[in-house]
Formats: sequence, C-alpha cells, structure tokens
Amino acid sequence: MKGYNFAYLDEQTKRMIRRALLKAVAIPGHQVPFGSREMPLPYGWGTGGIQVTASILGADDVLKVIDQGADDTTNAVSIRRFFARTAGVRTTTATAEATVIQTRHRIPEKTLREDQIIVYQVPQPEPLWRLEPSRVETTRMHGLADYGLMHVKLYEDIARYGQISIAYDYPVMVNERYLMSPSPIPAFDNPKMDMMPALQLFGAGREKRIYAIPPWTRVRSLDFDDHPFRAINAAHPCGLCGATDAFLDEVVTDDRGGRLFVCSDTDHCAERRAAGHVGADGLREAAE
Amino acid sequence: MIGALTPGFAEPVGGAQSCFRQVLDAMARPGRVYTVGAVAAPAPLSDAAAAVVLTLMDHETPLWLDPEAEAARGWIAFHTGAPITGDPAKSMFALALTHYAMTIWHRLPFGTDEAPQTSATVILHVASLTTGRAFVLEGPGLRSPATLTVDGLPGDFAAVWQRNHALYPCGIDLILCAGNQLAALPRSVAVREG
Amino acid sequence: MAYVAVKGGEQAIDAAHAWLAEERRGDTSSPALSVAQIQDQLGRSVDRVMAEGSLYDRQLAALAIKQAQGDLIEAAFLLRAYRTTLPRFAHSKPVDTASMTIERRISAIFKDLPGGQVLGPTYDYTHRLLDFGLLEDEALATGAVAAETDTAAMPRVPDILGQEGLLEPDTVCDHEPGDLTRDPLSFPAGRDVRLQALARGDEGFVLGMGYSTQRGYGSSHPFAGEIRMGEVSVEIEPAELGFAIDICDLVLTECQMVTRFKGSKTVPPQFTRGYGLVFGFGERKAMAMALVDRAMRAAELGEDVTAPAQDVEFVLYHSDNIEATGFVEHLKLPHYVDFQSELQNVRRMRAEVAE
Repeated sequence: MKGYNFAYLDEQTKRMIRRALLKAVAIPGHQVPFGSREMPLPYGWGTGGIQVTASILGADDVLKVIDQGADDTTNAVSIRRFFARTAGVRTTTATAEATVIQTRHRIPEKTLREDQIIVYQVPQPEPLWRLEPSRVETTRMHGLADYGLMHVKLYEDIARYGQISIAYDYPVMVNERYLMSPSPIPAFDNPKMDMMPALQLFGAGREKRIYAIPPWTRVRSLDFDDHPFRAINAAHPCGLCGATDAFLDEVVTDDRGGRLFVCSDTDHCAERRAAGHVGADGLREAAE
Repeated sequence: MIGALTPGFAEPVGGAQSCFRQVLDAMARPGRVYTVGAVAAPAPLSDAAAAVVLTLMDHETPLWLDPEAEAARGWIAFHTGAPITGDPAKSMFALALTHYAMTIWHRLPFGTDEAPQTSATVILHVASLTTGRAFVLEGPGLRSPATLTVDGLPGDFAAVWQRNHALYPCGIDLILCAGNQLAALPRSVAVREG
Repeated sequence: MAYVAVKGGEQAIDAAHAWLAEERRGDTSSPALSVAQIQDQLGRSVDRVMAEGSLYDRQLAALAIKQAQGDLIEAAFLLRAYRTTLPRFAHSKPVDTASMTIERRISAIFKDLPGGQVLGPTYDYTHRLLDFGLLEDEALATGAVAAETDTAAMPRVPDILGQEGLLEPDTVCDHEPGDLTRDPLSFPAGRDVRLQALARGDEGFVLGMGYSTQRGYGSSHPFAGEIRMGEVSVEIEPAELGFAIDICDLVLTECQMVTRFKGSKTVPPQFTRGYGLVFGFGERKAMAMALVDRAMRAAELGEDVTAPAQDVEFVLYHSDNIEATGFVEHLKLPHYVDFQSELQNVRRMRAEVAE
C-alpha cells in the first residue's frame, strides 16, 4: 500500500517483534514483554495477533483469518482485508491451503500441519489475572513457578460445584514449566494444543506480551487425578453437516425455544457438506 | 570504508522476512538444518551468520563481536547500526567465529527468573552442519529425539550445554552457522553425545 | 425455518462505512466544517487530542476531530495510529519552561511575585451562562487583549521557593528518559515513565485520580505553586553541527504543585513537588497530573501506600484511554464461542446438581 511498508509495520518494529518471538519460542509458554505499537485497529480487535502476523508474513504466504471459528465474521473480514491491502498476500478460507492462520477464540477442527503457523489474538495473556491483578506479583509467581493460587482456585471449584467451572480460556501448563492462557478458546479446543505439529504464536497488543508454543510440545490442561479435564461441547451433531466431533454454535431460531446447533468452524462444515455429509436440519430443509 | 562494503540483502524487506522465518523455524525445531538465501557476506562471516545479523540486529541490540571478526565490524555497523560492545555481559547477541570464543560464554547474560528472555543469543560459526560429531536432541519442538551432526564444536560441548540447559528457563540460545546453513539450539533442548 | 449462515460481512462493513460518512457530513444544506475552523475555533479540543494522541500537530489533530465527528478519544486514537508510523529523526533537548513566552501564569501561594500574576485567556471568572449571542456570528470586541507582558522577569515560582531550601530540589534524571511508545511498561516504573503515562493519559481518568487524593484517598496537602501556559521553543542538537538549533515552538501548560512533607529520618520537613506538563492549554489535566504525580511518589518518600492514586501499577495500567476504550468496547465483538462454552457448562452443572 502506498505510503506504508510491506505489512504496515516498519522494519525496525518487525525486528523488535521478531526478536521477542525467538525468545518466546525458546521459552515455551513464557510471556515476553514487547514494545507493542499502536495499530490502526483498536486494542481488543486483535492488535497483538496482527503485529505478530505482520512480522512473520512473507509475499509467498497464504493467510486465513478466523473469528469464533468463522472466516466471514466482520472482524475476521476486516483483518483479512487489512493484510490483503497492506501486504498484498493471498488469502484463503480453506484451512488446508493456509500457511499462516490468525485466529480469535478457536482452533480449526482440521489438524494443523508442520508447515503451518497459527497466530492467536490474546486479550489477556496473564492466566492468573482473576486471582492476582498485580502484574508485579504474577511475574514473580511465574519466576518461581508458584502456581498454588490456581490450584487452590480449581480445588475450590470442585468443592463447590463438584467440577472445574472454567469453560473457556482454560489454563494450561506448557512444557511442565509455565502456566499459560490459551486465549479465550473453548476448553473443547485445549487438547488440540498438545503436541500440535504447527508452531503456535500468541500476541497480546494491549498488554504488550508475546508468547509461543513450539511444535510437538506438551500442553497439559490443569486438572486433578480424581477430576480429570473434560472438554465441553453441546450434546448434538451439527445440524448442517452432521459432525459429532466439532465444536458447535447454538443458534436461536425462534422465540419458542427453537435451537439449531451448527459447526463453529465454517470451513470445516462447508468442506463436510461438499463431501456429501448432511445433518438433520439440512435434511429437513431439503424435504421442505 | 563504506565504499568498499559489500551490500546487505538485495531486497531488504523480503530478505529479512525469509531469513527470519528460517531462524524462527530453526528455533522451533531444534537441530533441523536450514539454508539461507544468497547474501554478499563480508569476510570472515559466513553467509548464514551475515544473514542472521542483517535480520535481527539494529541499534537496539548490543553485539559482542569476536575479535577475529574485526574485519566485519564496519559492515555490521553500516548495515545494522548495532552498537558493538567489548563487554559480553552487556550484549544481547554474541557472534563468534570459532569455539575458542566460547570462553566468554559464562560472562554472557543468562536472563533472570522473572525475565529469562533477557539472555544472550550466540551466533557461532562451525565447520559443518552435515558432517562431524552426532548429538542427540530432546525437548520442545521435537516429536521424538533428533540427531544433529556438527563439526567444529568444542570437545566438552555437551557438558557446557547441559549446564546451560539446567538453568532453564534461563539460559543462552544458540544459532549455529556453517556456510549458508544454520541450525538452532534453544535453551529448552537437552543435548547428549550420540 | 431455514438457517442462513452469517454471510456478507464484507458488504455489511462497506455499508456501515458509507453510512458513517453520510452521518459525519450531516445536513448538506449547512456548509461543511473546515479543518482550519476546527483548528482555530475548537482549540481546547485540539489541545486535548494532541495531548492524548501524543503528537503535536494542530492541523492533524483538527483533521482527526473532524473525521471522528468530534469524538475526542477516537480522534486521539487516529492521531496515535498515525504517529506510530512516523520515523524518528532526532531527540530534542529538554524544553525550558522557565523561558516560556507567557500567556498565562498564576501562583496560588504568593500574592505577588516577580513577573506578577497573568490571568490570560481563562474561563475561571466567566459566569457559566449560555451566551446566546454566539448563536449568531458575533464580531469580536476589539482592544480587549492585554499587551504582551515582559517575559524576561518570569521566574518559576518553585525556583523562588527553592532558593530558601524549603522545597526539595528537582530530581536529576541520570539516564535517557524511557519511552512507553517503544518499550513496554516495567516495574518499578521511574518517574520519567510515570510522567509520560500521565501526560498521554485520559484527562477524565487523571482528573478523577487527582480528585481522589484531595478527598482522603492518599493524604496530600497540595498548593498550586504555579501554573503557566505559553510558548516554548524546541531545540535539537545534530551531532554534525555541535550546537543546538530551534526547530519549532509549542504551546504547553505546566503545573507545579507544592505539597507539605513531614520529613523523614534523613530529610527535614519541607515541601515536595508534584509535576504536570501537557501539550496545549490543558490546565485541568496539568493540575490533576501534578496531584497524581505527587501521589505516586508516596513509596519513594517513605509514605504509606494505601490509596488507588498512590498505586503506580494501578494508575499506569489504567490511564491510557486508547487501551481502555479498546478493551471495554471489544466486548461488542462476537464472543459466542465463549458464551456457548459457558452455556454448556452451566447446563451441565445444573444437570449434575439435579441428579
């Protein structure tokens, strides 16, 4: 784009972010502070993810951007346009075609490959923030690997509700050293992070932190032996493609309690339907 | 003299980006060997080391430069603006031509418990990344133990590295360069002789 | 019923932008507002946007105000996003507010002093009665503007107080000041960085924090030692020249609050400083900033840290309105994946309780 560098950021800023990324990869799960810049999109809209993507993206990359699992949510559209405009890169909605996937709140259903990088937009990189608001304190806790607070919280959950009550942004232990926020993905997606073949990068723009998980790294959702981690999902197949192993959105269809459950990953659902899979609602629709 | 300097990347934005992706991949997949694109490296730097210098360094990154690499000082200063420091403790990067420079290793910053990212990154020339002694690597980035073959590391490298790895999450990260090839060893990886 | 996947995000965005442009222009039967008009006639808005946008450029600030339909936080954001793309050519020398070309200078602690009290263009003694005359274009009464005062004899009041040793000396900064726009905040945060954060901070936030110190949240007994507003020149000293050159003039507002300090084991009772400095005519902000600066010095002065305004981490992490507005407003982005997880979780917990 005229007047701006490739992928918007100046080279000096990219170098600073790249150095932070390398350290983040060398210390999986550790939050590396970085000189986050003010971006032309608001904080909270994915400025951290955008800065990471802008720093890694090359002319040969193919970019996919999703928000809530979907390629066509307005913010995903807006970010995809931003890179198409500032970097001129090829974009796609097909998970398999992408070399870089920027995401907010989901991990695609299709298993990612070694030659792909997934970039998470992170609103709050500090997993302990609800328990200790001071970053001076939480930094000290990470330094000492002192995660007693979190264990107490989970234990209290079990005592009170009989189970751990966290449904999304479920804390993980990376490489058995750092407690990490997986970003607000549903707990359903947590197991995909463990031993993922793709490199996972995390950018928090407002909080000015970058972190990473190298490929093939142990990522363990916190739990207890007698209360093992359980992924949460609706007890339905997808109404459109019939998938039983995908995370589902709940759509309100009328004001009489009508509900439709559909894949949150729009590419996954479209691909399945193209392959001939049809769910109950798709069949009903066809019959009408 | 500036007039005598070889150029940096032919295409600075794209050159830095593609080299960075290789270094990023190398750091994410310890021991895997990557080949960098062409760069007119100044003597005595290898192409790989020169490309890494151009990609990662600027006026914000103090560099400890091996005295043996003095001839490249002007080129580094001109293309990156990196301040060159004689004190390893003040450096963010250290560039060493031979493993003899490893004597400064213990004087480099290793990071702190709260800020382990403040440790140095060492760029070390080795004779080869395809022949030589075999090391077995294990850790994040590796699905199963991998083998890296290197010629030109000091005899006690595995022990030196073991001490570094034991400091985790503190510790130094290492980028090995031979000709136009590079491989990385982040502090998180365990190394033993194969 | 048929489920229609939410498609057409792209068209929706385009339509929203078109509608916005139409709204911004408003009724086309009235003439469009020019950037020059905003720059000249909405000066206090321009000042605030420059201060919170951290960029001194009256024309661009006016443009941002126009583009943002007068939403000053949105305008400051536009300015900041532009600012980050600008190359840095040089670092200026510290500006000297003692040699300011004064437009306004008042001290609340001395009845008279060298240079005198200069009221300047203030709203202080206006009666807040709507001036219906402004509904029509009104000619400016001429001859009312006071002649420029003598600027040579306008020493800063704290300097006068300092001569007697009653006021703590200015702290000397022995390092290059930090820059929050390049390096992330880290703790303990030095006064240089704290002042930068306050100068960029939201006027409303800083005002509320400053106010709280006056109501007992952090004990302080502040006096407005001096408030001055006027032009200062900015100088750079290019290495190849070896001497400083004047590159521009800025309008700044400076406030030095003077606060009694009961003393400590090593320091006799004296007065301490709180400092405020902002772009443009921003007196409210400069005063509140000086109060909060002083409050944040509590730990350094050996005072108990008990109040929000004394909590450096709390103040610094929440003063920036671009960060704050982004995170508050991002709640309107889709969160249906998270909400869905919560729904399933609550349903499961209820089912298990029912069993």
